[in-house]
Amino acid sequence: MENVMVMKKSSLEEEIKRRKESVNPLNERIAKLREESVNKEVSISVERAKIITEFYKNYCPCDEPVAIQRALAFKYLMEHVSLPVEDGQLIVGLRGTGVKEVPTYPEITVHSEEDLEILDTRENMPYRVDDETRRIYREEIIPFWKGRSMRDIIFSELPEEWKVAYEAGVWTEFMEQRAPGHTAGGERIFRMGILDIKKEIKEKMKSLDEGDPEYKEKMAELKAMDIVADAILIYAERYAEKLENMAKEEKDEKRKEELKKMAEICRWVPAHAPRNFWEALQHYWFIHVGVTYETNPWDSFNPGRIDQHLYPFYKKDIEEGRLTREKAKELLQAFWLKFNNQPAVPKVGVTAEESFTYNDFSKLNVGGLKIDGSDGVNELSYLILEVLGDMRTLQPNTAVLVSDKNPDEFLIKALKIVAPGFGEPPFFNFDRVILRMLRQGKSLEDARTSGVSGCVETGAFGKEAYILTGYFNLPKILEITLNNGYDPRTKKKVGIETGDPREFKSFEELWNAFIRQVKYFLDIKMRGNDKIEELYAKFLPVPFLSLWIEDCVKNAKDYNAGGARYNTQYIQVVGLGTLTDSLTALKYHVFDKKTITMEEFLRALSENFEGRYEILRQILLNKTPKFGNDDDYADDIAKRIVDVMVNLIESYPPSPVRKASKRAYFLPTTVHVYFGKVTGATPDGRKAGVPVSEGISPVQGMDKKGIAAVFRSVAKCDWDKTGGALLNQKLTPDIFENDENIKKLAQLIRVFFRMGGHHVQFNVVSKELLEEAQEKPREFQDLMVRVAGYSDYFVNLPKGLQDEIIARTEQKEV
Amino acid sequence: MKGLIFDIKRFAIHDGPGIRTTIFLKGCPLRCWWCHNPEGIFPKPQLMYFEYKCIHCYTCVNVCPKKAIYFDDGGIQRIKEELCSVSEGCRVCEEYCPTTATTIVGRWITVEEIMEIVERDRQFFEDSGGGVTFSGGEPLYQPKFLKEALQEAKKRYIHTTLDTSGYAPLDVMKSIAPLVDIFLYDIKLWDEKEHTLYTGVKNDLIKKNLQFLADSGRGEDVYLRFPVIPGITDTNKNIKGWLSFIPKLRGIKRIHILPFHDVSEKYRRLRMEYKMKIHASPSKEKLKEIKEMFESIGLEVIIGG
Repeated sequence: MENVMVMKKSSLEEEIKRRKESVNPLNERIAKLREESVNKEVSISVERAKIITEFYKNYCPCDEPVAIQRALAFKYLMEHVSLPVEDGQLIVGLRGTGVKEVPTYPEITVHSEEDLEILDTRENMPYRVDDETRRIYREEIIPFWKGRSMRDIIFSELPEEWKVAYEAGVWTEFMEQRAPGHTAGGERIFRMGILDIKKEIKEKMKSLDEGDPEYKEKMAELKAMDIVADAILIYAERYAEKLENMAKEEKDEKRKEELKKMAEICRWVPAHAPRNFWEALQHYWFIHVGVTYETNPWDSFNPGRIDQHLYPFYKKDIEEGRLTREKAKELLQAFWLKFNNQPAVPKVGVTAEESFTYNDFSKLNVGGLKIDGSDGVNELSYLILEVLGDMRTLQPNTAVLVSDKNPDEFLIKALKIVAPGFGEPPFFNFDRVILRMLRQGKSLEDARTSGVSGCVETGAFGKEAYILTGYFNLPKILEITLNNGYDPRTKKKVGIETGDPREFKSFEELWNAFIRQVKYFLDIKMRGNDKIEELYAKFLPVPFLSLWIEDCVKNAKDYNAGGARYNTQYIQVVGLGTLTDSLTALKYHVFDKKTITMEEFLRALSENFEGRYEILRQILLNKTPKFGNDDDYADDIAKRIVDVMVNLIESYPPSPVRKASKRAYFLPTTVHVYFGKVTGATPDGRKAGVPVSEGISPVQGMDKKGIAAVFRSVAKCDWDKTGGALLNQKLTPDIFENDENIKKLAQLIRVFFRMGGHHVQFNVVSKELLEEAQEKPREFQDLMVRVAGYSDYFVNLPKGLQDEIIARTEQKEV
Repeated sequence: MKGLIFDIKRFAIHDGPGIRTTIFLKGCPLRCWWCHNPEGIFPKPQLMYFEYKCIHCYTCVNVCPKKAIYFDDGGIQRIKEELCSVSEGCRVCEEYCPTTATTIVGRWITVEEIMEIVERDRQFFEDSGGGVTFSGGEPLYQPKFLKEALQEAKKRYIHTTLDTSGYAPLDVMKSIAPLVDIFLYDIKLWDEKEHTLYTGVKNDLIKKNLQFLADSGRGEDVYLRFPVIPGITDTNKNIKGWLSFIPKLRGIKRIHILPFHDVSEKYRRLRMEYKMKIHASPSKEKLKEIKEMFESIGLEVIIGG
């Protein structure tokens, strides 16, 4: 026995070593930048809140349209924010006063003193708040914004029934603390300078028809766009000046030249379209900072299909001798760290629970197809994968878009980066992404230039506002159905009466009651969504983001008001595995095998399977069909749930303001832990308070037949009708022991995608290592694991989430 | 007809080329001390007890029609072997156990049922050059059933692999061989006496069958498998014995060396005696040394399955 322990210990040590050794910054400069970026504590920077408040108090032209007010506020911000330059960086611009100093957005959500206290002192993922910040909040920010922030407006406008369901934990609301965004840039960014856009705006102004009933709004929006265009030029010029001054002071000749060069770049972009690789990176970054300074949009912002966009610059520079592969790598690594230097904005309450991470979900896509339908993999795709593997930072995230036309080599290279285990990169079925986009009515070209942002969310990059509105707790709705509309936790009637389950004669009666309950809640949620969309259109236009998303300028319409070419509203469905297994258990035991009555089953649930009900719970866990084992009995129910959820959601008419079609995602971020907390015991044998299943993954530990069976089960559902579905799989490190196995894993992914899978990502980590880290968190500060559509530091996660990740099934033999 | 199996593993990557579905046939004439699949030895269904899963509800005790189950003072499930009728097909205790702590390993299955499962994974095979693998136990121990299953697989154009100890009458091997695409063929101890000591049988049939495969032009389809068992198979003398023989086998090019792992836990669950006194896996250095020895006669050597 002792020897067995020794063996385990040595394989654990090997696993740790492999992880540590995989970090590989190109040179000392990058190593230093990385160290600062990784190790610096996250804090709140009060500067933005202060500047914005100052503007609204003193300079806001209140008789002007809101778009213009917002534009002027943004301009004021760009004129006054500080201009940090990380020592040795090659790209400038940073949201906040320094590395990981995160601004706040009181016009969207104004943190209370209590919020600040919680943020500062909470055990996991704190945001340090200094006394000065607290004072300014107390004296200036809170008094001015209380009652005026979007959050306050939203909650005052939503009906009581919405709030009751929200408090019961039936859903969450994305826009209560953060602005819509959820989008990625397209090639427009890399093709257009600000001056080009200003020209577009001017022409559009000229061609506006005064007889147009929306003439006034459109003109105001165009003016606002013009103002924010100037604003970013001011920001860039301020940087140019600063860099020139720094160059004068700089003693080191090499750095001096570099600073001069950087100043030159800032004099060219973003005013003009970039001409080379370095300029392209800097150009994008200015826009990224602009978008994320304007509001606190979900998923920050995203350069999209970065290997496609940057490749022409790269190729030209290499051919003309301006750039080497090595230099390009250095620039990319420097660029990489810029993302990591901007943690997510501080979230509190339910929003913090649903997205408990510093990760802000900027997702760089590589691979896929070109606009003409040919293989999109190029040298940069590989180089970017290398950078991902070498940097291993929390941010940015990546997506490997896999098409049948991509070479195996690309897939294998990506899997080799997965191997040392930090969850990145995830794999997406690009051929089916295209299918999805076409189904939603996008053009073939827009489909081929689309990608995946956030966690697994597909969208037409640079052309679509695809707004995530909230997570939707299916297991909770089953609980409410089984209680005939009543919520045992909040002790309120939150749903409708769909009948006493003890009277149900068949599974179909139960199913129908559940669907009626779902429909009732969807009605309320959809009305709320449309209301919130209207409020954002009215009070929080985003002219700066609108510059970059087609066709906002062309339509003279804001991104938040429906200016984008495509508009979509998404509900994120959560708990597929738990719901499937629960309905399966009821069907199997109560209606088919009749091993237990509904009455007895309900009693067991209300008693949380305590005491004599433990045996029943064991039968539910071990002797009942489960989703994820290629067992049609359970899988058919999963398929039915997916079908009906998509059909229900898509049955709602487009939203009144943005004319957004209504669609479904299946992803959780960290909400499955929160939804678990608010949901009582479920018929699948899950006890009250335990996390529900995440994404579309089978219930943790219940997929017992290996990864092929999981893939088969998952692929039975029709994911082409959804906007994306997240599947986590945990693999033990030994699967990556040789190239032969990695090749087989690549083939496995190919087959899964051919069967219709949308996405898969792998945690390559042993249970032993996770348990060791849980025990000795200090020694495992850098242990990164896959959570949902992103990775995070394991020891920073709340205990419930840590346990949930440990409980996920380890697929030993692939 | 039906065959007795003890497991089906889907998406196996160590049991032959590509992605495979492996069928484990139950029953084996060998008694290798280190056997990794002891549940495959006994040619009848048997009870397996997972102590860590047991919640001591005593359902098994209460439902057993033969009153064969009881719990000892330490709270461990015991069986009165003379009463238990699991080997004759009784499965009552397994059926009623809420946790799977009481599990019956071994079930009778038809070729059709096997094919229904195998067909589910066809897409995985096609892209990877995989297929179905018959392993064990010793699959040649159920020759009629194996043959029928292999024929059915061939009829469906599914690639076949046989994972075997090679211990079977030559005519069995002769009738099966044409239906097998790849052989995973174990070689253990060169010396006949040692072979008898550690595996319970002589190695003459094993050598003869291997020679037959090589002589009939199938050498290229044979991947040798050499378990590295510390103190037993990993001696210079033993390896040299094989090194003297393999070059006489036309076409054989490849060998997998399989490091020993301690599986004493499995034996405990089956209430079987585990004879191995060594528990540590062979060191990397040792594996490398053995790898080089086999390489010296021109074999391609792969560590692991």
